[in-house]
Amino acid sequence: MARIVGGLATSHIPAIGGAIAKGLQQEPYWKPFFDGFKPAREWLAREKPDVVVVFYNDHGLNFFLDKMPTFAVGAAAEYRNDDEGWGIPTLPPFKGVPELSWAIIDHLIAKDFDIVTCQEMLVDHAFTVPLRLFWPDGDAPPAVPVCINTVQFPLPSAKRCYAMGKAVGEAIAAWDKDLKVVTIGSGGLSHQLEGQRAGFINKPFDLKFLETMVDEPEWATQFSILELVEMTGTQGVELINWLAARAASQGPMRKVCSNYHIPISNTAAATLVLEAA
Amino acid sequence: MSASHEIFGTTPFDGTVAMRGYAINKMCFSFNSAQNREKFRGDEEAYMRAYGLNENQAEAIRKRDVLGLLDAGGNVYYLAKFAGILGLDVQDLGAAQTGMTKEAFKARLVAQNKQTEKL
Repeated sequence: MARIVGGLATSHIPAIGGAIAKGLQQEPYWKPFFDGFKPAREWLAREKPDVVVVFYNDHGLNFFLDKMPTFAVGAAAEYRNDDEGWGIPTLPPFKGVPELSWAIIDHLIAKDFDIVTCQEMLVDHAFTVPLRLFWPDGDAPPAVPVCINTVQFPLPSAKRCYAMGKAVGEAIAAWDKDLKVVTIGSGGLSHQLEGQRAGFINKPFDLKFLETMVDEPEWATQFSILELVEMTGTQGVELINWLAARAASQGPMRKVCSNYHIPISNTAAATLVLEAA
Repeated sequence: MSASHEIFGTTPFDGTVAMRGYAINKMCFSFNSAQNREKFRGDEEAYMRAYGLNENQAEAIRKRDVLGLLDAGGNVYYLAKFAGILGLDVQDLGAAQTGMTKEAFKARLVAQNKQTEKL
């Protein structure tokens, strides 16, 4: 049976992709962020996961308002990115794991999560940036993308995202393969791009959230989406991806490393690696 | 905390806004394609007409008025592709929306480090 050996999470600011492309990781602006990945990469080099499931949000590359799924699961043999309108570098395709995709899809539907399934989907920076950060040599394991709507309200509640992630974890645990799996939650932490409140950051909330991800992961599910928007910003609400990724592991978890840095771009940037205890 | 209360400077992009902004967001979604970006650059007015933008939306595009674009129903994720055409980053947008210079906006972000650590 497959095992989830770790729960990972990181911010996915598009500018990170540009910094990687230009080799700016050791520049003073970027260093405090990129240095946070050293212990994460050491852990990954030791654990060597075979498969990764990425919980992320599309920013208007694959999905438009004509058809906006709340939850969508990729079921493709490979996933490509695109320039997203601002000339983001086009990367080699990411390998998929259709067999696990369908195991997840079957289980989610059986558990009353009426998801959309995608045999073709473009993946944006929220999918590619975390994979590039955790595997800078471009050798990320094959992946299953799980997309959560953060574009058009109503968004799924934190509680619902947590429950969905838990069900994905059940599907992984029941998958009849002797493979190691890690989950990744993409996005956050607090930031707001639009409106007169642009630039909003909430450090005490973020630090509390990071702390609770380890052994009190349901803490943030007490809040409504609008409460989370108020406390973390319109984009800080991306922490619902972290909750889903964390919920896939229901056993005790131990912190391998974490990092928190203000600001990268307009964002309080954070990274977290948890391992199954 | 009430779920219906107002949040300063924030308009959740709900169904009402999504309907109001459909045309402008559809146009901005088209900018995922480099070819469409070129077409827009070539003749902005014709491109806006083809996507059926109303006068409010067209005027906000002409003026590069970020708060006006949001008022007209623009969604930040699609508008970001328009900002990309203009070569603006999210600090430019933040500055424009808060009435600050870009330098002041960036300094304010850095100053957030001074926030208390305890919730």
